[in-house]
Amino acid sequence: MLEISGLGHAYGTHRVLEGIDLKVGEGELVTIVGPSGCGKSTLLRCIAGLVPPTEGKVVLKGAPIDGVPDDLAVVFQDYSRSLLPWLTVRDNVALPLRRRGLGKAERRAQAVKALASVGLEDAAGKYPWQLSGGMQQRVSIARALAYKPTLMLMDEPFGSVDAQTREDLEDLVLQVHRAEGMTILLVTHDIDESVYLGDRVVVLARNPGRVRDELPVTLPAGRDQIGTRADAEFVRLRAEVGRLVRGVVKDSEPPDATDAEDADAEAVATAVEEPAKK
Amino acid sequence: MTPRRILLGAAGAVVVVGVLEAVSRSGLVDETSLPPASTVLKEAGKLAVDREFLVDVGATVREWLLGLLLAVLAAVPLGVLLGSVPLLGTASRALVELCRPVPSVALIPLATLLFSSPAQTNMSLIFYACLWPILVNTLYALRDVDPVAKDTLRAFGSSTPAVLWRVSLPSAAPFIATGVRIAASVALVVLISTELLVGGDNGIGIYLTETQQGGGRTDLMLAGACWAGVLGLLANTALIALERVAFRWHAARVEGIA
Ligand SMILES: Nc1ncnc2c1ncn2[C@@H]1O[C@H](COP(=O)(O)OP(=O)(O)O)[C@@H](O)[C@H]1O
Ligand SMILES: [Mg+2]
Repeated sequence: MLEISGLGHAYGTHRVLEGIDLKVGEGELVTIVGPSGCGKSTLLRCIAGLVPPTEGKVVLKGAPIDGVPDDLAVVFQDYSRSLLPWLTVRDNVALPLRRRGLGKAERRAQAVKALASVGLEDAAGKYPWQLSGGMQQRVSIARALAYKPTLMLMDEPFGSVDAQTREDLEDLVLQVHRAEGMTILLVTHDIDESVYLGDRVVVLARNPGRVRDELPVTLPAGRDQIGTRADAEFVRLRAEVGRLVRGVVKDSEPPDATDAEDADAEAVATAVEEPAKK
Repeated sequence: MTPRRILLGAAGAVVVVGVLEAVSRSGLVDETSLPPASTVLKEAGKLAVDREFLVDVGATVREWLLGLLLAVLAAVPLGVLLGSVPLLGTASRALVELCRPVPSVALIPLATLLFSSPAQTNMSLIFYACLWPILVNTLYALRDVDPVAKDTLRAFGSSTPAVLWRVSLPSAAPFIATGVRIAASVALVVLISTELLVGGDNGIGIYLTETQQGGGRTDLMLAGACWAGVLGLLANTALIALERVAFRWHAARVEGIA
């Protein structure tokens, strides 16, 4: 469905992404992990067509994207800035539904339904600035869910919600993914989350941002917070992703890390890493 | 405004009036050039029911509002255009910064040449004076619209005009309103000055000039000036109240940050 090849991006002379190749199949949920500043948000912006990449191309459903693709929803990392303060929570969620050709009452009904799915039905009539950060983040997730896009991009969507809510929202994403057959690209810096949610985990390296490795998640599709996280396979995958991410942290210290140095750094990281510890 | 603030404000005014009264009565200054405050207030009270003075006030208010309205109609669309098209914004910047500091009173000779009636002269000068605060506020407010908010709507497939209408304009609106409020005070100052300098048939400035003819009545002049002040105060208060109601989200946010 989505095919990214040789994608690179620079802000001025600052190279942020280089040679990104990534394929995402229809209905797949791919998680992207990487250290902060490695260009995860920039990558999502390029895919969303909000930033034209300086190199390479993004092909969606066989057509190279030029501008924002149709039928896309993005959950931005800056959730509070992405909600409109002059609209109520319900109207914020309902706003994108205008493009769905629905009447006002229908839009509002769907908005309230989506808000209920993130546990915020009581906040529908409030304004975003009357809510806590975690609640605002859930509103922006509800807005994307209500839109029912075929492709959803989520940039660290659970960064400021509490642990319990976070687990509920993770399960909500899995459930919507299965029920609606949505293709989802989810960025996170949480290794456990990347394994728990993903059909596949893509690990990014920093300076410049590039794909370090990809791991298929060989866990059954039906996942649950307690059982899956205790699964031996989950523990193994988490350690594996952890090593890959740590390797990145090590090699970012010398400015021009080569692949050989990467391998060394990884070996060191492997040696010091205690398994099954986050 | 809290009752406490209203009370304090009233107390301040009473003290100033008392001091003026005392200075005038004490004989420190000539009583005809600075009449006692009580005399001025009494005359001001009489003016409130004086038919001729009300005609003057009506003329001033009409030109004031019309000039302001014309300025809003011109400055807001222009500001939106210059603020949302970076190329035009950059190209016009030098011109705007050059024209903005020119006091509109300096343009009175030009305006009297261009327009035959004093009312037109006045309104053109108000228009000029009001254009800049509104234009500059609109322009910068549009330039400063949060890019994340704009990107959000774009990502959901909104066209550029839809983003302008649904994100940029609403988020710039409080700043545009502030520009209009500033322009309204500036306009009153400019209008009364031009009335004094250009003359005409009716207007508060014309009334002030007339009080100085044939002997001169300083008490009447000050009473007229009081009413000019009241007009400015009323307009400012009304516009602030309007902003509070219309942009509650903005006030709540600003207070939240502070
Ligand atoms: N609009 C921008 N202009 C210039 N530099 C930017 C911009 N956005 C991000 N960057 C820089 O690009 C790098 C990657 O940023 P980002 O994509 O946000 O990373 P991540 O989401 O992985 O934390 C950072 O060094 C950041 O400072
Ligand atoms: Mg980011």
